[in-house]
Amino acid sequence: MENVSTLAKEIHTKEMTLQMGPSHPAMHGTVRMFLELDGETVVNVDVNVGYLHRGFEKMCENRTYHQAIIYTDRLNYVSPLINNFGYAMAVEKLFGIDVPERCKFIRTIMSEISRITDHLTCVAATAMELGALTAFLYMLKAREELWKVIEDVTGGRGVTPSYGRIGGVKADLPDDFHGKTVNAIKYTRDVLKDVHGLLTKNRIFVDRVKGVGTITADEAVSYGFTGPCLRSTGVPYDVRKAQPYMVYEQMDFDVPVGTNGDNYDRYLCRMEEILQSMRIIEQALAKMPSGPVKVADNRITFPSKEEVYGNMESLINHFKLFMDGHGICPPEGEVYQAVEGANGELGFYIVSDGAGKPYRLRCRPPSFCMVSGVKRMIKGGMIADIVPTFGSLNMIGGECDR
Amino acid sequence: MIEGVTLKKLREKFHGSVIETHSHRGDDTAVIKRVDIVDVCRFLRDDADLSYNFLMDLTAVDYLGKKELRFEVVYHFYSFKKNERVRIKAAVPESDPSIDSISSLWSVANWLERECWDMFGIRFNGHPDLRRILLYEEFEGHPLRKDYPVDKRQPLALPES
Repeated sequence: MENVSTLAKEIHTKEMTLQMGPSHPAMHGTVRMFLELDGETVVNVDVNVGYLHRGFEKMCENRTYHQAIIYTDRLNYVSPLINNFGYAMAVEKLFGIDVPERCKFIRTIMSEISRITDHLTCVAATAMELGALTAFLYMLKAREELWKVIEDVTGGRGVTPSYGRIGGVKADLPDDFHGKTVNAIKYTRDVLKDVHGLLTKNRIFVDRVKGVGTITADEAVSYGFTGPCLRSTGVPYDVRKAQPYMVYEQMDFDVPVGTNGDNYDRYLCRMEEILQSMRIIEQALAKMPSGPVKVADNRITFPSKEEVYGNMESLINHFKLFMDGHGICPPEGEVYQAVEGANGELGFYIVSDGAGKPYRLRCRPPSFCMVSGVKRMIKGGMIADIVPTFGSLNMIGGECDR
Repeated sequence: MIEGVTLKKLREKFHGSVIETHSHRGDDTAVIKRVDIVDVCRFLRDDADLSYNFLMDLTAVDYLGKKELRFEVVYHFYSFKKNERVRIKAAVPESDPSIDSISSLWSVANWLERECWDMFGIRFNGHPDLRRILLYEEFEGHPLRKDYPVDKRQPLALPES
């Protein structure tokens, strides 16, 4: 034994620089880390983002308010409906209008379905990166069931639904929506039970995530963490509870919090949040009122196709809304509207000068703030722990890099 | 409309610095002089009644040709204790686009200020590592400025082989 320890002292490891990503499966394709390593220990790290930057804000400032909707799809492309609605709500706030009750219910349900698909993807990917391929396949199957519901409603699948509209949603729900959603939820609930059985007490999984990537509540707040990553440290901040929007005030749901702020707590928080989202969906389905799904204001919402082809006024109205300089023109002013995205607080700050294009459109990306804390979370740890830590943050390139 | 506690306190404490306050659509906003930004932010965070412990967002707006001072740096704070938000704005002139960094108060300001420098070319004095973040080092100009053409292309030159 003594020989071994003398040997270890004599072998000098040289500090090594290693480039991890951007083309690395665990870096989600969009992040590069310059690691300084001492053996397998991370001594220092420089995290580089921006590989998926496409000028979201600049593009939106040069398009009409309506055209910006499709760009918001591509922010967090794992839960795009929440981005759609968040953006639409920001413009509605500029106008100072309120959308019909049924629209709010639809938005709530679709947001929660999106949140579930997002959490499923995150947990599944983290599990897969640690070798638990079964859990990954089960969860993606559940996500597929939910995507079918989204496809029925929006026409698009997971990534590009473009369903939100300023002042409403694109169309009402299909007739069989209730039944299909209930079935998809039932299926997902069964999958969650299976995954809990596979992972939650699995020695191999727990050893890799428990006590790894720990961050304290104070540090998390300082780094601008929101969403499940903040709640895993014990801070119960959830925009849906703190500053309710849509119909969250009428819903009965809990905000799960962790205690340690490690990868395991983030995993448990997400698993519990999926269950809470299902509760919200079930309550909203039961309470769903009838009525219009968009505001009756022809300065903001488009007339239906039947009306456009059926009467002259609607045709003129349609033309005007799509003509440059005549479209949706909110009054002058500035607003900040936050919604609870799947990763945390997703905010839109819009400055309007009264024209048909946003003078300034800023998206407050939850991922960007959290990736700024990655350095703190992986420094001093092992190189292999980067994978679960980075995975459990659920960094989404489209939103981080915009 | 009755002014909120936050704006009232800010006015009392920094009466020489607060240029204007308003609450458009319920968003409390205070426009302050840029020299006091660090003091104002520290006060917002550390005052026991206010406790704006979250720096939610930091960005800028380019008012080219619209305002005398071209840029406005915009801060959004959230107080977990009060469950309220406040927006702080500080105007920055084109001739000297700089403001003091608040990265010593919030860790997240480090990256948000880097992004602001990258996109608007606003310098943050005292920032420990003011590099570009979303764009590459060789990029010329700051794309979110209003005088940066939307269709300009800057392909990254590959090293000659």
